[in-house]
Amino acid sequence: MNLALLTIVLAVGWAAATGGFTLPNLLLGAVVGAAGLFVVRRYVSRPHALPRAWRIVSLALLFLRELLLSALRVARLVIRPDLKAHIRPAIIAFPLTVTGDAEITLLANLITLTPGTLSVDVSEDRRFLYIHAIHVTDRDAFIREIATGFESRVMGVFR
Amino acid sequence: MIVEFAQYIAALLILAGALFSLIAAVGVMRLPDLYTRLHAATKAGAIGAGLIFLALAVASFDGAVVLRSLLGIVFLLLSTPVAAHLLARAAYRSGEAPAPATTVDDLQ
Repeated sequence: MNLALLTIVLAVGWAAATGGFTLPNLLLGAVVGAAGLFVVRRYVSRPHALPRAWRIVSLALLFLRELLLSALRVARLVIRPDLKAHIRPAIIAFPLTVTGDAEITLLANLITLTPGTLSVDVSEDRRFLYIHAIHVTDRDAFIREIATGFESRVMGVFR
Repeated sequence: MIVEFAQYIAALLILAGALFSLIAAVGVMRLPDLYTRLHAATKAGAIGAGLIFLALAVASFDGAVVLRSLLGIVFLLLSTPVAAHLLARAAYRSGEAPAPATTVDDLQ
């Protein structure tokens, strides 16, 4: 996403947050947004923008669905009387295929908000993401599920 | 008519949100260690607060409020996983051991 587009997004976000879609307010938002972007400009990647927009939307929808399922699953688990019998926690090293900072961040956040998984750490060499899972029976299946699910979708958005 | 309808929807959303928040709290009480408790706090908690934001958006009939509550949901979904991740990482690094029931620990 290029900086001009980001400035517009930030201006609209500002107007929404402050509650006024008036021209002066939008301009103020653009100024504040541009100032913020100026500070972090070196860290904002700016490759080709729009063909992946639909992939971003589809990832967002997948994420919302998974989040809802996740909340329901945790809720069901928590209210079981025989709770202890139904959890088998594990911390599993997930071998990362994605390499960029943004990609790893997005993947880690998606994992944290989805069924029974929580990102704990990334290894120093960035080859592994350590994931805490609340119930694991088959480690290989667990890894495969994330690799073919979220990770491949994240790569679709970034590449 | 439409206002009443929206109010019923909002009431249902608030109830659902409160229920999820309650379940999140119960989960924090009942789960065995910090890591499993974070599961309950992040997921059920985020959905609970998100549903209440959504109720506000449905009931307000005010564009500015709708936008701000939707924005609130976005910020919630952005910040919750980061907070959970940092808590888990800090806990692990400062030596908080996972519950004995934990089957695999690749981080050791």
